[in-house]
Amino acid sequence: MVDTSPSAAAVRDFADEQPFLVVDDLRVHFPTDDGLVKSVDGLSFELRRGEILGIVGESGSGKSVTAQAILGLHKGSQAKVTGRILLDDQDLVPLSENEMRRVRGDEVSMIFQDPLSSLHPFYTIGNQISEAYLVHHKVSKKEARQRTIEMLQKVGIPNAAGRYDDYPHQFSGGMRQRAMIAMALICQPKLLIADEPTTALDVTVQAQILELIKELRDELNSAVIIITHDLGVVAETCDQVVVMYGGQCVEKGAVDDLFAQPEMPYTWGLLGSMPRMDRVRQERLTPIPGSPPSLINVPKGCVFNPRCRFSDRVEGRRCFTEHPDLLPTTSTTHEVTRHEVRCHIPPEERQQILLTEIRPTL
Amino acid sequence: MTSTASQPAPAATTRTGEPLLEVQGVEKYFPGRRTGLLGQKGNPVKAVDGVSFSLGTGETLGLVGESGCGKSTTGRAVSKLIEPTGGTVRFEGRDVTNLSPRQMRPLRRELQMIFQDPYSSLNPRHTIGTVIGAPFAIQGERPKGGTKRAVQGLMERVGLNPEHYNRYPHEFSGGQRQRIGIARALALRPKLIVCDEPVSALDVSVQAQVVNLLEDLQSEFGLAYIFIAHDLSVVRHISDRVAVMYLGKIMEITDRDTLYEAPMHPYTHALLSAVPVPDPTTEARREKILLTGDLPSPSNPPSGCVFHTRCPKYKNELSESEREHCRTVEPVIEEKRPGQSVYCHFPQVRSDLIDGEPGPIRTTKPKAA
Repeated sequence: MVDTSPSAAAVRDFADEQPFLVVDDLRVHFPTDDGLVKSVDGLSFELRRGEILGIVGESGSGKSVTAQAILGLHKGSQAKVTGRILLDDQDLVPLSENEMRRVRGDEVSMIFQDPLSSLHPFYTIGNQISEAYLVHHKVSKKEARQRTIEMLQKVGIPNAAGRYDDYPHQFSGGMRQRAMIAMALICQPKLLIADEPTTALDVTVQAQILELIKELRDELNSAVIIITHDLGVVAETCDQVVVMYGGQCVEKGAVDDLFAQPEMPYTWGLLGSMPRMDRVRQERLTPIPGSPPSLINVPKGCVFNPRCRFSDRVEGRRCFTEHPDLLPTTSTTHEVTRHEVRCHIPPEERQQILLTEIRPTL
Repeated sequence: MTSTASQPAPAATTRTGEPLLEVQGVEKYFPGRRTGLLGQKGNPVKAVDGVSFSLGTGETLGLVGESGCGKSTTGRAVSKLIEPTGGTVRFEGRDVTNLSPRQMRPLRRELQMIFQDPYSSLNPRHTIGTVIGAPFAIQGERPKGGTKRAVQGLMERVGLNPEHYNRYPHEFSGGQRQRIGIARALALRPKLIVCDEPVSALDVSVQAQVVNLLEDLQSEFGLAYIFIAHDLSVVRHISDRVAVMYLGKIMEITDRDTLYEAPMHPYTHALLSAVPVPDPTTEARREKILLTGDLPSPSNPPSGCVFHTRCPKYKNELSESEREHCRTVEPVIEEKRPGQSVYCHFPQVRSDLIDGEPGPIRTTKPKAA
């Protein structure tokens, strides 16, 4: 199947629409014997129907914990979740586990990273998918089966009726991920969260799965959050992106803005570490020195300061003493999804550094 | 260390006389499962089926392909961690195909491996001093100044703190563990290291550190690498030549820039088009060639060209008589353009897959956008 994907260059402007999901100052803290782990610390973003948001970051940056918080998966654990998660104006944070269960799977659902460990090995694929439908709809088992088979067809499982009674081990990795997607979509969720949906997959399968997520977004007009560490996946699929580091959003904006004019040194670091297939070999990659911060002893001042090459460009050690705010950049071209960055370096100087020191090495 | 980085791909030209490693028609068939009451033998699983390539000193060959294509098995067969069932492997001109593990031992000084998973490839009960020093002990070698000093020298070289000599693997992060694996592979100053997905499990920023380290070591010690990976961006960065594998066979093998700028095999086209590029404007222009279906079983490969069941070209462009040819006659891998060998009856150069614009083969680094 050869198809040319539609032009995504014109990132949609969602100016007229009300935000469907509003995450406001979300904090998820885990008390442990060693101290308080601040996995997510003051995260805010907005998402509209039909929009795809990418959350990017390294392991331990808090991206998966954010997703779990939206689904209410921290309820019943030690975790302290504060802030607001407004889904269609309903705040999900204070909901009880029972109330949350009605939302979960129906209005919000999730595709997990590892399809083999997220599917139960003792139950057939069909059984597990139709269960999700039966919980939220008053239908007979026969109808649920019919609906499941339709769903499996839609995600591209060949001979769906025949594969209904197969067990997860009889499916290949790509097919299991498709089955997971079918399960997530059977109740037609208005918000779909995909946590590293393609990380374990080959590039060819990854391309199919991303295409599938985009098609389903178009069909159901759902809002989608894709969590990934691959900036390529973000460039290909997302409208909006949040870059996370040490539990905080360090830069966010519309995809075209952020890739055209990245302004946070961490984002530069990510771009510089990536080998590029679309470039004749760079002389050398520029890795970010050091390793991600401990979430118990988060660095004072800017979270990124221990690894930042540019902290000497800021007067009076502010990077080490004062926590920078997330402020709009001067180059933002979208009104609704403003391009914002958390950095003390003055904007003109940031742009100068990008132009003279970063661009040539990418 | 930019000296090696900026050199053009050495390809076949730098090899004077004997190549370091010469692999000719290597096969690895795993016996089929016995089925039924009488235990009739099933078809063998042809994990690697007639792979040939050669590698010069200080050269890097990238092996790419989807999971299950036999790239790791090839790496293991070549380094004799498993016995190939056919073909020959010559190392520095010597046939090593049928050497016993005991006979292989002296050769292990020259030929080492780095594994994918830094969590399972290090013994959790050994200190990293023991782990890195193990090659010396096994080979009965006493390095000058004692093993401990040699090990600490290696640790320093790969960017580990030598004071951590007595720590255990669990005390290290993924990137540091991969450095331990590299130090161990490096201990005996080998000439060839087979790297099996060495950076796949690492975060991008750490991945870049390890990739740079591998490059530095290559120029410092004149190492040759077989670099097995599924990430085509990393492979483009590190390899001099690249072989694309599918179902146990090499589909296309050529130098790195030709493979990415002017690939000829439809499978290479599909692979390249599937890799997303971190640039939304380019990304919107690029054509995505989606492959349908799953990888066929290597115990029962399709007739004729093994790729024809999923080949977009077979499906959309070829005439019925041409298709007939694909279904019945198996192509042989042969040189279709200078230095570019392809396994396909109807190969065709495409130069538009990466940046979405057809054009002459770029030779210079494009200016920053």
